[in-house]
Amino acid sequence: MSLINYASREINCKIVYYGPGLGGKTTNIKYVYSKIAPETRGKLISLATELDRTLFFDFLPVDLGTIRGFKTRFHLYTVPGQVYYNASRKLILKGLDGLVFVADSQADRLDDNIDSLQNMYENLDTHGLRIDGMPFVMQWNKRDLPNVSPMDELDAVLNTLNVPYFPAIATQGSGVFETLKEVSKMVLRALSQQ
Amino acid sequence: MESGNCCSRGRPKKEPGTLQKSLSIFEEDYWAINQQLSYLLKSTNALIVLLIDRTGQVITSAGDLSRLDVPSFASLQAADVAATSQLASLIGEKEFGTLFHQGRRDSIYVALINSNIILVVIFDDRATLGLVRVRVKTVGEQVARIFERIFAKLDRKPVATPGFDDDFALEAEAEIDNLFK
Repeated sequence: MSLINYASREINCKIVYYGPGLGGKTTNIKYVYSKIAPETRGKLISLATELDRTLFFDFLPVDLGTIRGFKTRFHLYTVPGQVYYNASRKLILKGLDGLVFVADSQADRLDDNIDSLQNMYENLDTHGLRIDGMPFVMQWNKRDLPNVSPMDELDAVLNTLNVPYFPAIATQGSGVFETLKEVSKMVLRALSQQ
Repeated sequence: MESGNCCSRGRPKKEPGTLQKSLSIFEEDYWAINQQLSYLLKSTNALIVLLIDRTGQVITSAGDLSRLDVPSFASLQAADVAATSQLASLIGEKEFGTLFHQGRRDSIYVALINSNIILVVIFDDRATLGLVRVRVKTVGEQVARIFERIFAKLDRKPVATPGFDDDFALEAEAEIDNLFK
């Protein structure tokens, strides 16, 4: 649910990165943090365990600039991927405007991707949100690893809604901005269609 | 290795829709809320008063924000409320309407105004918890009324979004391209 403040001329939108544990959601956000100009981003908040696994969420505010006199800001969140933290995942989805599903391309993670996607649909449902028509993109991450599933297979198995998808190597930044750009545009397009 | 370019299959792409209506706040309501927050700040001697939504976005504030990382604070505060709310349901409570974090110097008092809006007061030892609690209750009721008015307006007419037309989307896309180069 974007927040439009006509008095202070601000628009805030929330984008959530979802996906299985160790799939690269946090790496996506960290890359964005490291590559955009400091004046356009806030602090990267990471509620993680000592082992660097996301416990609650990562959060990064990004200022898009002023569009038509409105200061426009995206709030990027990741959810914890581990199955155990479903209660946290549900909370983070509340009020989202756009969704990125980060899949781990490795063949032996296919079932984890399917489970995580199913879990995402169920959690959206608990908030009364419909995925159909939502600003939503997918990312096939870790394309540099040797044992990856072909993109056609990932697309056929995971992308049943036929949303835009992006191959990526988040550790090197490849595909990270492309993914974020597309979902950001979809969110703002949705706003202009309200 | 393949990476970086968007792909999609031959089937027609679904047009992006909307999830929930935006929360739009117009001038009159904004200033009415600000008046209430200023009163709360002054009448309690608090340092900062923030009004945020349940997703962690700041609606408005009163007090000196220069030393506070506001987006981070709001995001964590919303998460705090969300987690506490789940804790409440685990012990059979519907909701905890208020939260209080006491520090050695500064403290935080949080109250749920309605299902979507959170009022946060940050204060030091120049204020007293009792007074903050009493004033938050009064101001919270006033702010809740203002939000009832806002939601009624949003229900009456599809969110009027002056300026958010196709040109807005095009301009926004150019900014996005520029930012994420």
